[in-house]
Amino acid sequence: MSYSLHTLVPLPVMLPLFAAGLTLALWRFPRAQRVITVVTLSLMVAAAVGLLVGADGDPLVVNVGDWSAPVGIDLVADRLSALMLVVSSVMLLLVLLYSLGQGVSDDAADDEATPVSIYHPTYLVLAAGVSNAFLSGDLFNLYVGFEVLLAASYVLLTLGGTGERIRAGAIYVVVALLSSVVFLVAIALTYGATGTVNLAQLAERMPDVDPNVRLIIELLLLLAFGIKAAIFPLSAWLPDSYPTAPAPVTAVFAGLLTKVGVYAIIRTETLLFPDGRVDDVLMVLALLTMVVGILGAVAQDDIKRLLSFTLVSHIGYMVFGISLASEAGMAAAIFYVVHHITVQTTLFLVVGLVERRGGSTSLDRLGGLARVAPGLAVLFFVPAMNLAGIPPLSGFLGKVGLIEEGARQGTPLVWVLVVGSVVTSLLTLYALVKTWNKAFWQTAPAHLPEARLPAAMVGPAAALVALGLGITVFAGPLYAYAERAAATLMDGHTYVEAVFPDGAARGQGESDKGVKRDARIDPDDVVRSPTPEALPTGAPPTGAPPTGGAS
Amino acid sequence: MSGYLLAAGGDPATPDAGLSMTPSLALVLAIGVLFTTGVYLLLERSLTRVLIGFILIGNGANLLLLVAGGRAGGAPIVGITPVEQMSDPLVQAMVLTAIVITLGLTAFVLSMAYRSWQLHGHDEVQDDLEDRRIARIAAANQPSYEDTDTEESGSLDTEAPTVRDETSTLGRDDRRRRHPDGGRDE
Repeated sequence: MSYSLHTLVPLPVMLPLFAAGLTLALWRFPRAQRVITVVTLSLMVAAAVGLLVGADGDPLVVNVGDWSAPVGIDLVADRLSALMLVVSSVMLLLVLLYSLGQGVSDDAADDEATPVSIYHPTYLVLAAGVSNAFLSGDLFNLYVGFEVLLAASYVLLTLGGTGERIRAGAIYVVVALLSSVVFLVAIALTYGATGTVNLAQLAERMPDVDPNVRLIIELLLLLAFGIKAAIFPLSAWLPDSYPTAPAPVTAVFAGLLTKVGVYAIIRTETLLFPDGRVDDVLMVLALLTMVVGILGAVAQDDIKRLLSFTLVSHIGYMVFGISLASEAGMAAAIFYVVHHITVQTTLFLVVGLVERRGGSTSLDRLGGLARVAPGLAVLFFVPAMNLAGIPPLSGFLGKVGLIEEGARQGTPLVWVLVVGSVVTSLLTLYALVKTWNKAFWQTAPAHLPEARLPAAMVGPAAALVALGLGITVFAGPLYAYAERAAATLMDGHTYVEAVFPDGAARGQGESDKGVKRDARIDPDDVVRSPTPEALPTGAPPTGAPPTGGAS
Repeated sequence: MSGYLLAAGGDPATPDAGLSMTPSLALVLAIGVLFTTGVYLLLERSLTRVLIGFILIGNGANLLLLVAGGRAGGAPIVGITPVEQMSDPLVQAMVLTAIVITLGLTAFVLSMAYRSWQLHGHDEVQDDLEDRRIARIAAANQPSYEDTDTEESGSLDTEAPTVRDETSTLGRDDRRRRHPDGGRDE
């Protein structure tokens, strides 16, 4: 772990922000904008891959502005962050290339709807916001990351300001604003209860907070992230707003935005609330998300809307993995996130191609695409089967991981979830087979327009399909990485120790309970044992468990 | 940095030296009023009212953050104020950030409301598509269904058949033609 690796940590945030300013200044020169965006996102991929390698061990921590952690803001790249960064930056790059292909060749219709001069800066700001959310080691900075990516997403969703986008955007924006306020309230309560917003320090102090207050904070955070991740009772906004955006925008939203919410849930649940008091609630929500989402998908007759519902539904699998609250469950959830980002993005891009070729995404108007465009059929079929979880594709592997761990835990509720996830998988298959039959096999109800698919659009989509297959082929190393990431998450002290390598710095100047805090810094401290609730929380300082490391 | 932030609900035995963590009742009441009025406005149909509701709730959240930082004290500058009497500067920094974010988003939502007014002559948040489809089906089956949720006196069953539905089998071209840019919808 050298110094140079640490310098990589802020790059995924800084590079796109700088480039966003640059592209905005160069709004008159679309060609220069394109070059800058592609170069920046490529550098981001490179930096993320560097982090993936560098963080495979101890997390990399950078104190921004050289203010050490409890005072300053820190960026932390552990295995989970690095993995999410790699996947998201690759998605961002490929989707951008696709949208370039779309913009270049589609002159009148889509260029009018997607004014290029603000498309690139906004897209880069979105990239910066996503990276910031993944890297943030500070609850308030996480909020800022969310706001940055959400603000960019508002602009991207309402690009061009057409009637239907404004209609869909209004719902999306209002819901997102509300979730942001809930997040802010949760931050205020957290700060009031603990006196810090630094995640590592919060991990230290949360066990001392009154259990009821802690539960309120946990539920508020889950509410805020649940809206962003589109978990069932909070998911109604998603299928209505996503399909109206341009295909690349929908693809990148579907791939990344909900997963940022999932990431935030994983991070806070493992780091701040390892006592797992809401696991049963999460299980019920996961089940409802899966089943209700996929039933919505089955009822749809428009591919984009159908895919939006499968997106909601499959968030349930990730929540399932989180709610299992074990290393194996978490590893499966992380693997599933990686798989799902890739596959869902791919499918939305391919549907963009279908729309270009067939002139519509309505299943009632499409037909016979398998004969007319066999290549397109393959591009759709592979990720569709992957999403449905057909062996040996990566969706199958992720689901097997979840179900195995569920079966191992074997409580009645978990068994219900296992059955629910299998049913969801079958219904996903049903919905996608229906799509396949109607769009690709049945004879077209109307004559399909003559259209050629530009290679610049097909290329990135094909690359994504190949990447999805790559995740299947290299599932072994990837799953092993996810397992290591889960181990880091679940042990609870790696993250804290990385942020505070010198344990004594932790409680410094922050609290009257400095002595007690310092006691907790000791790695052998009972607090970090797997059952923190065994501690008498709220006990007077004198009643704190005696620890050898009290300084 | 000022300390003594650990009290609220935390360890009952925390020594409560220096500034009190007991929040001022006036601030708590103000937060309550801001949140209730904000939620009320947020449930309105008009985007402008929703926006005002969001601003009110946002301000309530900002006040809550301030309260979380403890009682107000002196300027948190070493050498001017004794450490025990300093305000907590961190919450103020966070509130400032939140205010800036709220400002930007307010501008965006305002422009969206204006665009909606340009297109439709009103800035109401329109129905979810699924709702419209269900309303149309309901209209076919049950013509007496009354809608009491919107301000218009009309009922959904008369509106649903006329409302624009993106999930209908109309092609993109049809929809484009019905929506000349900037033109009014109805």
